[in-house]
Amino acid sequence: MTLTAEPTTTTAVATHCPYCALQCGMTLSREADVTPRQFPTNAGGLCQKGWTSPALLRSPARLTTPLIRTGGELRPASWEDALDLVARRLLDLRAEHGPDSVAVFGGGGLTNEKSYLLGKFARVALGTSQIDYNGRFCMSSAAAAGMKAFGLDRGLPFPLTDLADADAIVLVGANPAETMPPFVQHLRGANAKGDLVVVDPRRTPTAEQANLHLAPAPGTDLALALGILHAVVADGLLDESYVEQRTSGFDAVWRIAAGYWPERVERITGVSAADQRRVAALLARSRNAYVLTARGAEQHATGVATVSAWINLALALGLPGRQGSGYGCLTGQGNGQGGREHGQKADQLPGYRKIADPAAREHVASVWGVPADSLPGPGRSAFELLDALGTEGGPRALLVFGSNVVVSAPDSARVAQRLSGLDLLVTADLVLSETSELADVVLPVTQWAEEDGTMTNLEGRILLRRKAIDPPEGVRTDLDVLAGLAERLGQPEGRFPTDAETAFTELRAASAGGPADYSGISYDRLREGEALYWPVPDEAHPGTPRMFLDAFAHADGRARFEPVEHTGPAEPQDADFPLLATTGRVLQHYQSGAQTRLVAELNDTVPEVYVEVHPDTAERAGLAHGDLARVTSRRGATTARVRCVGSMRQDVVFLPFHFPGDQRANLLTNPALDPTSRMPEFKVCAVRLTKEDGAE
Amino acid sequence: MSPRNVVVLGYGMAGARLADEIRRRDPHGERVHLTVIGDEPHHAYNRVLLSAVVGGTMRPESVRLHDEEWAARHGIDLRLDTEAREIDRAARKVMLVDGTSVGYDALVLATGSTPWLPPVEGLTDEDGELAEGAVAFRSLADCERILDAARVGAPVAVLGGGLLGLEAARGLAGRGNHVTVVHPAGHVMERQLDAGAGRVLAKTLGDFGIDFRLGRFAAKYVPGDGLKLDDGSHVHADLVVVSAGVRADTTLAAGAGLAADRGVLVDDALRTSDGRIYAIGDCAQHPGTVSGLVQPAWEQADVLADLLTGTDTAARYRGTSVVTRLKARGIDLAALGETHAETGDDGAEVLCLDDPARGRYAKLVLRGDRVAGAIVLGVPDAAATITQLYDRGVPAPSDRLALLLGRALPSGAPNAASPADLPAAAVVCRCNSVSKGQLVDAWRAGASSVAELASATRASTGCGSCKDAVCGIADWLASTT
Repeated sequence: MTLTAEPTTTTAVATHCPYCALQCGMTLSREADVTPRQFPTNAGGLCQKGWTSPALLRSPARLTTPLIRTGGELRPASWEDALDLVARRLLDLRAEHGPDSVAVFGGGGLTNEKSYLLGKFARVALGTSQIDYNGRFCMSSAAAAGMKAFGLDRGLPFPLTDLADADAIVLVGANPAETMPPFVQHLRGANAKGDLVVVDPRRTPTAEQANLHLAPAPGTDLALALGILHAVVADGLLDESYVEQRTSGFDAVWRIAAGYWPERVERITGVSAADQRRVAALLARSRNAYVLTARGAEQHATGVATVSAWINLALALGLPGRQGSGYGCLTGQGNGQGGREHGQKADQLPGYRKIADPAAREHVASVWGVPADSLPGPGRSAFELLDALGTEGGPRALLVFGSNVVVSAPDSARVAQRLSGLDLLVTADLVLSETSELADVVLPVTQWAEEDGTMTNLEGRILLRRKAIDPPEGVRTDLDVLAGLAERLGQPEGRFPTDAETAFTELRAASAGGPADYSGISYDRLREGEALYWPVPDEAHPGTPRMFLDAFAHADGRARFEPVEHTGPAEPQDADFPLLATTGRVLQHYQSGAQTRLVAELNDTVPEVYVEVHPDTAERAGLAHGDLARVTSRRGATTARVRCVGSMRQDVVFLPFHFPGDQRANLLTNPALDPTSRMPEFKVCAVRLTKEDGAE
Repeated sequence: MSPRNVVVLGYGMAGARLADEIRRRDPHGERVHLTVIGDEPHHAYNRVLLSAVVGGTMRPESVRLHDEEWAARHGIDLRLDTEAREIDRAARKVMLVDGTSVGYDALVLATGSTPWLPPVEGLTDEDGELAEGAVAFRSLADCERILDAARVGAPVAVLGGGLLGLEAARGLAGRGNHVTVVHPAGHVMERQLDAGAGRVLAKTLGDFGIDFRLGRFAAKYVPGDGLKLDDGSHVHADLVVVSAGVRADTTLAAGAGLAADRGVLVDDALRTSDGRIYAIGDCAQHPGTVSGLVQPAWEQADVLADLLTGTDTAARYRGTSVVTRLKARGIDLAALGETHAETGDDGAEVLCLDDPARGRYAKLVLRGDRVAGAIVLGVPDAAATITQLYDRGVPAPSDRLALLLGRALPSGAPNAASPADLPAAAVVCRCNSVSKGQLVDAWRAGASSVAELASATRASTGCGSCKDAVCGIADWLASTT
């Protein structure tokens, strides 16, 4: 690693923050400083992460040369040597063990162009079915539930600014005050009207602002939704004409919900029957009301069913597909929305198409200029893929783009062990993340302000993020890396474009006719500042800010109620592990923290992992505020600083997951997977709390 | 292997749940061939919601547990409107009243309970059937009879001030009936409540227009006139709803020579004294269970489904910790565990709040830091929290008062009256981690307005929630410098 020169720009550039899905508008100055910009999602606000985002452009931690592991150590190497080595090993593995011996892991922070080309690279250049991405750990449950209910998944099927006119908003497992702070501005209307409800086991900063905070036991959100639905029907609040005209399947859902009267649900969740009825009433009396879910509801082995339960509630009240009301999912990662549409997911092709669908294969193969039957079928989902690495019949090489799996995947000790069983681990990274530290080859790549690319924000609006500054010497774009490898793997020159706009033009063609149709979007239209929400089926089409107003995307135009039952956490508490741990985020860090831990201003504010615990629970474990505690689950143990928080449930502890080494919260988490989305159960596992050995 | 024949006698809350749980584990009937026999003419319904039907907030069709296609969809041989006459244990078959018979490999008694009718002159005819104008409160048909008979505004007497009697009374009062509850004990719900709680509950119900005659028996019933009580007083009633308790229906079991006491005796595998015959729900008597509630029946159905499908042959039922919840509009009452412990009882820590004027009563019984019992009336949040502690065996928080009141006391958030009182380290702007101290420093360094403070520290440039706080600090700084 070498020190990079001060980046320079010729002029200030309107851009977007490199972190979360809110994609706050900001201006990058010539001096590579940012100032907030008026943009609908952030309305001129920026959080500390956004303000400090340029720090990483000039960080001494930037990688500027490829690294190859020699004699057990990562040593600088030339691009030619690194790419030659990777290509040669991949070809050898493929020859010996078949194409599925090579796997690819992507990320929800990658641009649309990268996501698209990564999927194409896996299917065409490597011929492997083994590709998935960390979006599986993000909003996959909401995506699957949205597909079931509406026939289509777009996180928010309406512009975020619509929330301003809401009379009531119910946030389920969402903590935007911490995860996307400027978002909170859109909650003010409902808040002022007295009907902002936050559902979260913890009294988070978001819950603090709510008019009503419901604190269900971790893993019981589904039962809570059933209880509120029961109250809706029992109190005569069902929107019968909407249910009749715009939906199907209510009866089967009611048969289940009928068994979840609020008093019974109170016993399961700990949310009082009175509060359940209150939420039913306030949603029903509101003209404009929204139900929004996020990771708290979704990151469970029953994540899809949980989201379905909340969508059922929204449907029973007639909210989705009505202007001024609706259901939505708050996507987390920067390009969490676009990242799930263009083919880096195991079962997917660009345009949000299914890889198992013959017509989809035919269309995409023709755009790619390859025979449809050469495309592999669906592969393993993210955790299953990681868990298979280096095992009998599993992949022997892994290429990682835009993800730090050794910190962000569940049961991370096991993931690290699997990585160590690989013949070859290659990462493309900005800095030496914890995953890159384990790699055989590390390729230094550009970041947001150093390259062109499009992002699709949480509303399904496509944004152009233009190159503002030159990258440090020695750094290449992910597109360059993919092209360089593809050619070495025998792909014709030009099949993997290195220019983002060219890649986007190809993506448009590949997405044409698919559910997420980008074919009418051009860089020119984006440069003009058009607000384009997909689908945009042709260049004259104005885009689709609000979906489902006339019909839902199922063939019959109706939304579907999905019958779901409460089953509870995969790993309940017991005598050995009497507490439930839940994991989440802090404002100062993003995802695995690989980037934000390198920004001094952020890291100084929250430098290490902590465990939030009720003072009585801490005391019983012989711990006081500020002590080091050992948090142990069946899978591993984490050392964390105790924070006594009086509003915590006594049987619940909370840890943020952004920290490395033995501070990883994911050493604890349970990789039990949702049967549909394959989402791991990040949000609840059984643990015990003890004094850290050697602590005072 | 051919599926084993399981026959369930009874299609109420327990029998229907068992069928559902079996099919959840064995969706295609590969392990269990299921026959369900119900004596009512319609599909199973949720008995718990009957008081809502009486109260008029739910329609009878809304409380159905199964639709018409349920049995066909799940490959279940469902026989409605018939019942078993006799069990032939030797031949392993059940004779039905319609003359047919069904063979079984395993038989499940889920026959429930029947209303107990108190010995009141004129209440029953010579066949033991209720006289005209008197209705039990047990089945959907009973509800329909009540609704037919109870003209809006008509006087109604409810015999029995237990849980179900009060739910019926509240439902009827909500429809505008003038309701009088006649109850032999000195206070209502005496099984679950102490006298103090009973008093507050009766007062609260009184506010909904319900009268009480406590410590009184009905001596005589005259249709069209009402009840004469043991003290000679009179309760005018067009309708008498009988809710004086239930008795387990053990007729079949007794006829078959199965061991029975108050109910059919079962062990932890829910087996009766015949290893091929099981019993669940109200008709069963397990050492760890109070009957008459749905929770034990459902938990038993869960265990028995594991056993009968072979999903988990080690599954056992160990009893249910019961939480009683009154389902009555506008009243929030939970009772659990030891509710009759008194302050001063050995080894128990007992707290009590008695606030009849506001309809609140809260009693908490702790043993060794664990919740051993509670009555929570009119304090909904406390009920929810205490129940969680009780069910999960979590030690109670040291702040007992907060627990009893259902509200954690303020946590000392930065709620200082004046910016001057705020500690320097207090975070004013969360979005940008800006403390009061940093704002003061910026002010001293020359930022002399809110806008300048914002540009110097970034305070208020995130979600903007702290704008008022920053303004307050700026005003305070301006006034002190």
